[in-house]
Amino acid sequence: MNTAPGAGLRILQPGPQTTVQDLGRKGHQALGVPVCGALDPVAMRLANALVGNAEDAAIIECRLAGPAFEVTGAPLRLALAGAEATITVEAGGTSLAFPAWRGFDAPTGATVRIGPLRGSGCASLAVAGGIAVAPVLGSRATDLKGRFGGHEGRPLAAGDLLPVGTAAADGPCLELPAAPPLAFSGTLRVVLGPQADAFTDEGIAAFLGGPFEVTREADRMGMRLSGPAFSFVRGADIVSDGIATGSIQVPGSGQPIVLLVDHQTIGGYAKVATVISADLPAAGRLLPGASLRFVAVSVAEAEEARRQLEAEIARSIGTLAPVRSPVSLDEAALYASNLISGAVSALEEVHPFD
Amino acid sequence: MHRAAARIAADPPPGVIETVPTFRSLLVHYDPRIAGAESIQAALGSCDLGDTATAAPARIWVLPVLYGGEAGPDLADTATTLGLPPEEVVALHSGGLYRVYVQGFLPGFAYLGDLDPRLDLPRLSTPRVRVPPGSVAIAQRMTGVYPIESPGGWRLLGNTPVRFFDAAREPPTLFAPGDGVQFRPVMADEHAAIRAAVARGAYEPECRDGEAAR
Repeated sequence: MNTAPGAGLRILQPGPQTTVQDLGRKGHQALGVPVCGALDPVAMRLANALVGNAEDAAIIECRLAGPAFEVTGAPLRLALAGAEATITVEAGGTSLAFPAWRGFDAPTGATVRIGPLRGSGCASLAVAGGIAVAPVLGSRATDLKGRFGGHEGRPLAAGDLLPVGTAAADGPCLELPAAPPLAFSGTLRVVLGPQADAFTDEGIAAFLGGPFEVTREADRMGMRLSGPAFSFVRGADIVSDGIATGSIQVPGSGQPIVLLVDHQTIGGYAKVATVISADLPAAGRLLPGASLRFVAVSVAEAEEARRQLEAEIARSIGTLAPVRSPVSLDEAALYASNLISGAVSALEEVHPFD
Repeated sequence: MHRAAARIAADPPPGVIETVPTFRSLLVHYDPRIAGAESIQAALGSCDLGDTATAAPARIWVLPVLYGGEAGPDLADTATTLGLPPEEVVALHSGGLYRVYVQGFLPGFAYLGDLDPRLDLPRLSTPRVRVPPGSVAIAQRMTGVYPIESPGGWRLLGNTPVRFFDAAREPPTLFAPGDGVQFRPVMADEHAAIRAAVARGAYEPECRDGEAAR
């Protein structure tokens, strides 16, 4: 399937917080520009692989539930990764249901609906050709606080028209035979520091003892946790210094905040530890109410964990294969529109739009 | 720190993505797929910073500020707390030549120092939920301007219509590290005229040659 110039998608219902993201805006943190980008970059890279994109092509990030949109200009190949969800494609009086973790084609004029997300708070919807909004400072990621990047620097709204780039790949839709497990292990690995010495031994013991719960104060900037209170040697304030994604800062309240992709570039609260990059995708998937503990590892162990994760991603991408599982008809919709004729076999690949 | 950041940017060791220089530390972001912390630390350990004497600013920005009133809602309280007349607070704040030490917190927010010790006050005990863009503020020995609307705990003395961040430009910030900054008190009508010119895209902030100013 080739995507013609002029292809796009028009948002009908945006979902709770749907944004355009990529792997983030790098190289401007010294000027105060945050990185932003996908909360779950592993899901983003797999979604892009499923539609034949480069791993850093811009995607649509869904939170809690995905958008509904109309395919405009030309057919699109799409794939959702990072959460389980039911995806329905309606066109010409026919409705098909697709799962996550596989590519599917939607003809021009089709209505695509991404249902509620299961197993994760966020998911990546990739489109062959990538979301082709204009890059700002080298990235298409939405900076919600700075109000730039993505589509007009804000979450998507009904009526928005997103341009799609020209797709390189042609051929059968791909699927991921074994989706990565989404269930949270309950543990995030951290490297202690850089201000671990701002806390008492009891404070560090409380941090590593846990458990903590993700509170409702959780967004793309960070998640405030509730749990055992920290004790400081002097106080929470430090001379402001740089923040890495995954830094866990502890303000005077003693309740830690895990900083995520939209975090400020520098901050003035002591940072007890940093979540290792291999566990950041899992942190990005957490929802309020999740319970977690922290376990300390060395820098060398953190780097090894990241190499293992990269090997797993490469292995997953290597297993992508043409779709073999049958498309299931959306029976509820079919009954509703009285289209069931008994002539369609659910055991064979169905090409109702050809 | 800025010298170290500039050296690293000019010849980054493999794996280094970018650095964030701050008052007394330098954060190095690296890609663990390319290099480990140990090898990067070894490469940076041999970074020659050269002459570390502080140079005079190459350029000095002169920012028009409307002090007090709605533009600077904390000016009166600040003056009362310090036991100074408001005019004296304005004179001390606008009399200083500041340096851009660190940019961060918000895109285009610059930590400018050093503030006159007579204006040294802690941050507000209860931060504001919304600080308007352009607010000129002080905290401890620092001053700065909020480039976009944001929560904030600094004391607001005035407002400048100048824009500090434009994502469509490269670099996106008005200031570069080490730039000099001065504040020039203006009246409400000049503030309004400059604000209108900024909105039209017809205002170039005043910038002086730092060497000539010495």
